[in-house]
Amino acid sequence: MRFMMLMIPKGYESAKPGTMPDPKAVAAMMKYNESLQKAGVLLALDGLHPPSMGARVSFAGGKPKVTDGPFAEAKEVLGGYWMIQVKSREEAIEWAKRCPGSENEMIEIRQVQEAADFSEEILPPKVREKWDKLTKKGK
Amino acid sequence: MTSATYSAIEAVWRIESAKIVAGLARMTRDVGLAEELAQEALLAALEKWPGSGVPDNPGAWLMATAKNRALDHFRHNKLIEAKHEEIGRETEEGFTPDFDAGLEDDIGDDLLRLIFTACHPVLSTEARAALTLRLLGGLTTDEIARAFLVPEPTIAQRIVRAKRTLAEAHVPFEVPRGEDLAARLSSVLEVIYLVFNEGYSATAGEDWMRPALCEDALRLGRILAELAPVEPEVHGLVALMEIQASRLHARTGPSGEPILLMDQDRARWDHLLVRRGFAELERAEALNREAGGALGPYALQAAIAACHARARTPAETDWKRIVALYDALAQLLPSPVVELNRAVAVAMAYGPEEGLVLVDAIAAEPALRGYHLLPSVRGDFLVKLGRFEEARGEFERAAALTRNTREIRLLLDRAAALHPGLRVVK
Repeated sequence: MRFMMLMIPKGYESAKPGTMPDPKAVAAMMKYNESLQKAGVLLALDGLHPPSMGARVSFAGGKPKVTDGPFAEAKEVLGGYWMIQVKSREEAIEWAKRCPGSENEMIEIRQVQEAADFSEEILPPKVREKWDKLTKKGK
Repeated sequence: MTSATYSAIEAVWRIESAKIVAGLARMTRDVGLAEELAQEALLAALEKWPGSGVPDNPGAWLMATAKNRALDHFRHNKLIEAKHEEIGRETEEGFTPDFDAGLEDDIGDDLLRLIFTACHPVLSTEARAALTLRLLGGLTTDEIARAFLVPEPTIAQRIVRAKRTLAEAHVPFEVPRGEDLAARLSSVLEVIYLVFNEGYSATAGEDWMRPALCEDALRLGRILAELAPVEPEVHGLVALMEIQASRLHARTGPSGEPILLMDQDRARWDHLLVRRGFAELERAEALNREAGGALGPYALQAAIAACHARARTPAETDWKRIVALYDALAQLLPSPVVELNRAVAVAMAYGPEEGLVLVDAIAAEPALRGYHLLPSVRGDFLVKLGRFEEARGEFERAAALTRNTREIRLLLDRAAALHPGLRVVK
């Protein structure tokens, strides 16, 4: 099964555009990434620029509304993610525990949905195939 | 014990066991003993952790515990040895275990040694597969048994016997060098691909695939690619498995029935795995270029799989390139099965008559006797040539030759779909 490990660094919500992590932290994180790779569990990973360089599109009242970052109301934002393939939720947690995270960082673990996770009611076979199509395309 | 702690221990074991066994095997130079000591450490964890909680560095805890057991073991043996000496018997070997050698530094080398030992040619392929999944994949005997659809005692026996064989043959715990390396490496790759294939097209049973086994094989392959980064065939094999695994979702219909490559909905292929496969294939090709060599069998098969992965529709497939790749493969690995696949490519590139000629040329091969894909492929060509009645017979013959129930159903459906009016009454 696949899991996303979502890195949530406190303070990143207000980080200035172009903020880059501390080189020491980067080196430690690279070592961690390598350990995931060496264990054969890492599928993909990326770091994200701070929200001050991004935008949010909301749909209150059924109409898209664009807000440029940073977002005053945001308490937690993403800093990056790992996509891993493991045997169980517990294994994903074990891997997250090994991350050299700093005081302000937190990892949220979320299983990647697969069509098989949905009941027939929500996703009839025909729609299920379409779901697979959409979620596998361009990933 | 709470099931949460048990699951956590299982997860830690999955991550740490190979490293622990590998480290212990280097110290004791005995893979069987190393595995037993590691198991003892696991038992200790199962006793202790539910009360104390999982330690901060569970891998180090397990290793330290196993190491202590190893020391106990050797102390005990020393005592026996001393007793033997007292009564004037000679000791068999004067081996002292190497406990002081650095651990973390060469864990990669130890893992590599462990893979080569578990896949040693002195063992049967079945034994190699079971031992590799156990020692490197961290699977339990029960998990391996379920994966291969055999009773648990059979696998347990297989592993015990394999460990004994390794000990009796005095297989050294080392990475083979020089001329040995190529042959031994191909023995490793064969085992990993065998595990993958057992998952990809189950030889028996109700399910046409057992994806968990594919994932185990992929994980082993990815680990090996990190341990032996300069070996092009390792990357070739990983590329092949990544690309084949990308089709897992598309290979079955809503009720679990198999869907063949040409009929698959290509939008359902997993593009993340396809991309990873392409990257691995590029690595294999680059390494080959550097070495001035030609692509090996796994890289060639990966290149063939990549041709399919690149084509948005079956019609867009570069069949001529696939034929050329099969030509190269047939040179390296002359085998009737490769010839059969080549015939399929030739039929697609140059027409079913050409394919049929090739298939008929190998039909009498003893290696293909009982191989269900021969009549199945022949049936395909005959359908395209409008020879429905003959095709029907071929599909029925193919169905009678396979043990996989899903596949049998697919073949019989194909037979039944051929116009019944064409049936000759005998």
